[in-house]
Amino acid sequence: MEGNRLSRWFDRKGWSDLLIGAPYVWLLLFFLLPFLIVVAMSLGTKTPTAPPISFGGDYPLFNFQGYVRAVTDTLYFRAFITSLVSAGIATLLCLLIGYPMALGLTRVSKSWRNILLMLVILPFWTSFLLRVYAWMGLMGRSSWFNAGITKIWNAIVPAGWAVDFMPMMHSNFAVVLVMVYTYLPFMILPLYASLERLDPTLDEAALDLGSRPWQVFLDVTLPQSIPGIVAGGMLVFIPAAGELVIPTLVGDASSPMIGRVISDQFSSARDWPMASAIAVVLLVLMVGPAMIYSHFQAKAEGSK
Amino acid sequence: MAAAGEPFLRIENISKFFGPFQAVKDVSLNVAKGEIFSLLGGSGCGKTTLLRMLAGFEEPTSGKIFLDGRDMTGVAPWDRPVHMMFQSYALFPHMSVEKNIGYGLKHEKMSAQKKASRVREMLELVQLVPYATRKPHQISGGQRQRVALARALARQPKLLLLDEPLAALDKKLRERTQFELMSIQQRTGVTFIVVTHDQEEAMTLSDRIAVMDKGEVKQIGSPGEVYEFPNSKFVADFIGSITSFPATILERQTGQLRLSVPALGGEVMARDVPGLSEGQEATLAIRPEKLLISKDRPEGANAFQGTVKDLAYFGKDSLYRVILPSGVLVQAHAVNATRGGEAARVADWDDRVWISFAPSSAIVLAE
Ligand SMILES: Nc1ncnc2c1ncn2[C@@H]1O[C@H](COP(=O)(O)OP(=O)(O)OP(=O)(O)O)[C@@H](O)[C@H]1O
Ligand SMILES: [Mg+2]
Repeated sequence: MEGNRLSRWFDRKGWSDLLIGAPYVWLLLFFLLPFLIVVAMSLGTKTPTAPPISFGGDYPLFNFQGYVRAVTDTLYFRAFITSLVSAGIATLLCLLIGYPMALGLTRVSKSWRNILLMLVILPFWTSFLLRVYAWMGLMGRSSWFNAGITKIWNAIVPAGWAVDFMPMMHSNFAVVLVMVYTYLPFMILPLYASLERLDPTLDEAALDLGSRPWQVFLDVTLPQSIPGIVAGGMLVFIPAAGELVIPTLVGDASSPMIGRVISDQFSSARDWPMASAIAVVLLVLMVGPAMIYSHFQAKAEGSK
Repeated sequence: MAAAGEPFLRIENISKFFGPFQAVKDVSLNVAKGEIFSLLGGSGCGKTTLLRMLAGFEEPTSGKIFLDGRDMTGVAPWDRPVHMMFQSYALFPHMSVEKNIGYGLKHEKMSAQKKASRVREMLELVQLVPYATRKPHQISGGQRQRVALARALARQPKLLLLDEPLAALDKKLRERTQFELMSIQQRTGVTFIVVTHDQEEAMTLSDRIAVMDKGEVKQIGSPGEVYEFPNSKFVADFIGSITSFPATILERQTGQLRLSVPALGGEVMARDVPGLSEGQEATLAIRPEKLLISKDRPEGANAFQGTVKDLAYFGKDSLYRVILPSGVLVQAHAVNATRGGEAARVADWDDRVWISFAPSSAIVLAE
């Protein structure tokens, strides 16, 4: 195997450990260490000092109050649900919109493909914040966009339901809409990568054996693209569930999402243990299923 | 049902253009039911394109295909009773061997039990019962080839198309699989169309062969016909090895031709070929195994003297390269019928020898 030869070469050179270790060092420094700090903070007690957290002394060494409140307080519970449901809907919509786009990318000629891929990535060249502000303008009651949608709505519903404008801003609808817009490329790219590897003669083989094109999609294309769906789904769902900026700018302030709650606990409430505890719960909720999936995935790979 | 006398598969003046490029040129051929028919030709001559038109993946630019009396124009691949075994096998990597084989049965109206027994039957046919639950990447190349064959046969197609079915196998396995393929064809009775660029494979497998060149069918015939009676220089060259010389037709006698062949330094008698006229330029071609080599002048016509320039001992036979007074080199095989190794051979380096051949062995081509 090529890989083995390469790694033997590194072994001889004596810097393979360094090379293999580098990503782990990175993860250790910038993920595990901060995470451990967050876990530690989640066990502290809120105090009117600076920093507003204490361990031991007059206070308990391990204070589980944050966790207790995070899982019992209905405010937090509702915030979790709002976040997970919004992120879930956004992920599903990204999948429904992104899948045909990714499939389309694999079916066009090479030159068109590069142009279209560029267009998928193009939004990243503009500041994220600017793009959210653009959406705020579009959804606002006096915009042409809102006026257009209002017109369509009034044309199709009974007269009694007619409205002057669409109350799009400051709603979960707005959050999901902007999330879909923002995260769509993160769905399209991994899907495209997994679909692009598929052998088109497999489609022909299925057609030849009597399947119509939609059956070929269900039997051959879809099952083989599951890794791409999972990768895209996680890339959209995980940041969407913890999203802070979008709900803050376009969301409904009366039903905050969990990112907003964490941020508020850290800054205005100055309750670091509480904020940390919520962050840990959120992480477990999201990373847990991902780890279970990759465990089974590794098992399936292992049996190959 | 086909009308009486109607061939099972009739390809009528099929042409295929890819943009300005013509990949298949006005091909017409008939295939009988239960036949193994080969499409033989070099790379890029349009074999796969012709097969894909039969499967329905490409529409012919012009011409028609009739299968069992039915015009296939506009019939989608999934509606054709034609299945294909792909060159790359195209097994579904996420399905087990038995799921792969049973895939086509999905579309059959039969009970689950019957489907299972049909899959089982196919597994037995290709001797893969112990591998039923494995995935394609867990079996060998030869086994994959058999899964592909079983999958294509499971729905009992009227016509099976095999695109280079043996090309991915090593030489030994290929030879064994050839016979397996023939026996499976006999047992199932399905009509096979096999694409190959290997003339030996085509000769072994087929009832009839169509030799193709640059999108055209040059000759159709049984293996014996295309080997012994090639109708063009291309076919003669493509199938087996052959030596050819320019010739002029001097005289047509009853059943015989008298030709002048300057390269051989004399006149040659050959069997008459219709469509030739006296004075016409032609080609005389002869297979090496039909050339006899001897020390003494043989009886009859068509004997020429030369010098042994080169020889190679292969065990069961020897190959001689003899240079003629005209400077032309010819190759002749001689069977080593007596034991004695190198010492027993007919001639040695620089010996004067006679090269001869029977008039019926000479092939005269009008090119
Ligand atoms: N989709 C296509 N577009 C343009 N040209 C094509 C297409 N498919 C095939 N051709 C051309 O048509 C010719 C015949 O191709 P085909 O695949 O039928 O050859 P083949 O006889 O099967 O060769 P091989 O033995 O190498 O498989 C080739 O010159 C090829 O480049
Ligand atoms: Mg081919």
